[in-house]
Amino acid sequence: MLTRRTVLGTTAALAVPTAARAQPAPIRIGEINSYSAIPSFTLPYRNGWQLAADQINASGGVLGRKLEVISRDDTGKPQDAVRLAGELLDEQKVDILAGGYLSNVGLALSDFAQQRKRLYIAGEPLSDALVWQKGNRYCFRLRPSTYMQAAMLVQEAAKLPAKRWVTVAPNYEYGLSTVKWFKALLSAKRPDVTFVGEQWPALGKIDAGATVAALAELKPDAILNVTFGPDLTNFVRQGNTRGLFENRSVVSVLTGEPEYLEPLGDETPEGWIVTGYPRAQVTTPANTAFIAAYKTRFNAVPGMGSVVGYSLIQSIAAGIRRAGSLDADKLIDGFSGATFETPFGPASYRALDHQGTLGTFVGKTALRDGKGMMVDWHYADGAAYLPSDQEVLALRQSAG
Amino acid sequence: MSFLAIQFLTGLSGAVSLFLMSAGLTIIFGVTRVVNFAHGSLYMLGAYIGWSILTRLPHDPIWFAGGVIAAALATGCIGAAIEMTLLRRLYRAPELFQLLATFGVMLAIQDLTLLVWGPNDLPLPRAPWLRGSVTILGEHFPAYDLLLIAIGPAVLTALLLLLNRTRFGMLIRACTENRDLAAALGINHRILSTSVFALGAGLAGLGGALVLPDSSANTQMDLAVIVEAFVVVVVGGMGSVTGAFLASLMFGELQAFGIVLIPGATLVLVFIIMAVVLSIRPRGLLGDAPVPSAISAAGKPVRPVSSRIQLVGWSLVVLAATAPIWLPAYWLSVLTEILIAVLLAGSLHLMMGPGGMISFGHAAWFGLGAYSSALTVRMLSAPMPLALLAAPVAAGLVAIAFGWFVVRLSGVYLAMLTLAFAQIVWAAAAQWSWLTGGDDGILGVWPSGSVPFFYWVLSLSVAATWLLQRITRSPFGLALTAARDSEARALSIGLRADRLRMAAFAMSGAAAGLAGGLFAFSTGSVFPTYVAVGKSVDVLLMVLLGGINTVIGPIAGAVAYTGFYDLLLQTTSMWRLALGLTIITLVLAFPDGLAGGWRRSRS
Repeated sequence: MLTRRTVLGTTAALAVPTAARAQPAPIRIGEINSYSAIPSFTLPYRNGWQLAADQINASGGVLGRKLEVISRDDTGKPQDAVRLAGELLDEQKVDILAGGYLSNVGLALSDFAQQRKRLYIAGEPLSDALVWQKGNRYCFRLRPSTYMQAAMLVQEAAKLPAKRWVTVAPNYEYGLSTVKWFKALLSAKRPDVTFVGEQWPALGKIDAGATVAALAELKPDAILNVTFGPDLTNFVRQGNTRGLFENRSVVSVLTGEPEYLEPLGDETPEGWIVTGYPRAQVTTPANTAFIAAYKTRFNAVPGMGSVVGYSLIQSIAAGIRRAGSLDADKLIDGFSGATFETPFGPASYRALDHQGTLGTFVGKTALRDGKGMMVDWHYADGAAYLPSDQEVLALRQSAG
Repeated sequence: MSFLAIQFLTGLSGAVSLFLMSAGLTIIFGVTRVVNFAHGSLYMLGAYIGWSILTRLPHDPIWFAGGVIAAALATGCIGAAIEMTLLRRLYRAPELFQLLATFGVMLAIQDLTLLVWGPNDLPLPRAPWLRGSVTILGEHFPAYDLLLIAIGPAVLTALLLLLNRTRFGMLIRACTENRDLAAALGINHRILSTSVFALGAGLAGLGGALVLPDSSANTQMDLAVIVEAFVVVVVGGMGSVTGAFLASLMFGELQAFGIVLIPGATLVLVFIIMAVVLSIRPRGLLGDAPVPSAISAAGKPVRPVSSRIQLVGWSLVVLAATAPIWLPAYWLSVLTEILIAVLLAGSLHLMMGPGGMISFGHAAWFGLGAYSSALTVRMLSAPMPLALLAAPVAAGLVAIAFGWFVVRLSGVYLAMLTLAFAQIVWAAAAQWSWLTGGDDGILGVWPSGSVPFFYWVLSLSVAATWLLQRITRSPFGLALTAARDSEARALSIGLRADRLRMAAFAMSGAAAGLAGGLFAFSTGSVFPTYVAVGKSVDVLLMVLLGGINTVIGPIAGAVAYTGFYDLLLQTTSMWRLALGLTIITLVLAFPDGLAGGWRRSRS
């Protein structure tokens, strides 16, 4: 039967040889992410990298070649990510590996990349170990790490009068690491602060009523929240009804990102100090153009995931351009110090530890017309929230 | 004092959604013997359907109640449809085989939900009356939680009246006690099974819709609740609604107070409690009904492998031995993974087939082996052969210690105790970061060359799998089968069932540990995901898919499942829908497993 699809397929098949003659083979990027496990982040993220790849190709590609992104779903498991990375390198002949959401997937891919001596550019994984304790020369990371997010928030938290702090964080690496850095950095700035209690709900299974009551019983002045997604919605609702946030300061990681702020709706608590992305309010030319292009292409507004996906591909294009080659060693030299454009403004990969200097926005939550938003925000450049070079080198050497 | 009271009430309200889930699960199990893996999906559908209805209704309490009931009814209809189109055809299949079908349903529903409702969390905006609180002993307590506290006992009362005071309930009890006798007395088991499944699904949907004012409808909620619901059912005693109620109250309270005393215990609390309860009361709190035989393979010895199939098998091994010459690198890594899966499935089969012990936690041994190997390499800088030796030794030794608790149980209770142990191992792997690296795992466990390593995997997997099937046919294996089929008669001819089972359990654990050790080197790293529930389910699916009555079955199941899964992941983003529908199709086409179906088609 002749269907629309077969007609299109035939046309495409006929078109390919001519196209192949006309221009050189594309540069292939093997992208892996948790599409089925974490769709609320990864589907806007996919739109983001598609947009970037289209824009780069429309303006002539990289080194005279088009970019082609081949994408795989790691199902949230590092073992699947490693096998698929092998498939991308050996079968699809990709030139660079990229992607990841979960930290353990990022670490597994980074280790695999080192083993195979190929580049891996991590987008979202936030684990500090990725560039420090377990860092290696083949791995670069785009987003601000848990250390940097904690440092950005500590700068604001230290100004609060609060002395008695409690923490609530999901019971896995990301939560543990964020709480650890927040405690260490805040205690260094404010020796008078004490942490009087902590709660560690299992990820996705928070018992919000009990958690809120247990925190309230400690009579804290301030709360550090690291929960996100459905857990956060649940925590905020119980906290609102039980009055946990009344007359207390709250510092909350990632809560200003549209993915996590929007579900709170008209129950968004006011005055929380958060990191995030005040999307429409950032009227820089880069961000305005990004949002307009995204709306035109997908008929939707971008999320934080979209920014990560977009910036990831932009950074890869910049790194390859700077290297002028696809040889792994040349690529490492090219990426080290490469500057690239993002919706948040220019950022670069540090030569020292391969950490990206992409920052994030720090501000306060507020409620306007029944919707949560960020106010009093400023852009925190990632480069300003990293430890000294000596400390970083010491951490990277401990990797052995 | 007021804090204790508030926390007590919070525990009560937290118990309600657990109870609604587990009540449905336990009734369904009682009548149909189906271990319904899709029950979490029905809970999730209840939430999504509830969201779609409630966001279109006025925000009054009456409309809210109507919307929630409508969502429960709709979920009940979906449950009835699943029973009529799928499960009904499988009641004659070996028990637990339906688990495979419901797992397929769960996978398909995950992708369908994403298609219909999209990836974003869908929070239900709370009407003012849902946000209110009452002041109890000077503390704010959510008014909605008080409502939930009332709903739990109300549903329990309604269910008990239904079961004890109506003809429908009498039929349910009759079928729960003895299905065949009830059928012989003219009870229409078909209609009863459908309506019971619909009732259970409706209760899950009710639970899902009622959670909306506290949280949101989201794509992760199915897996978040299903395991805990099973735990409640088993701790309460399978088939007992009152038991499920008591167990969910117990878990609600222990959770509420447990997180105050030991905040870090959230990952393992329920599993430690289950392990303790089952060690004291092997049939749960109120489970006094006889434990249904786990697998109806009982009475059939595992079939020996015909010489023709042996010839085919060894030819395939020889062919595999030449693979590094003609197979591209990536496909060699897939073949490596398949070989490891074959060993893992074979190790579970020794327990499940001749041993008659199902395991929902086989990943424990796999993970212990993987961590032992990785730690031997990282801490002692040992060479790979030594690390590969450490894996089965460590897993086997732990299996001996744990087997002492396990072999005294049977059926699903035994299976759930293995799950509890696996979850404790998983939590240790995730939280003892000084030893295991926590979620970040242990990296850099690579073999020195991929082709030599392939031969290691090939030789060890084939040798161990061959040994496992030799054991099955050995006097020991036959004695084990005898103890499975009739413990009393086995005892009378001098066979100690518990010792035989312990030995089988330890061998199975050691073989799974070896598979784990090989896997650590093949992926170069070890993570807590190797011990996660999903891994245990994968192994179980391989054995069930292949068929339990032959030693070839698990091998075929491992090859088919692993190969197909790997293939789907690299070809389609809708792999869950594709895998789910494939499993459902296979289950309907081969209700006695792939190996059984092949044999049938030849005869």
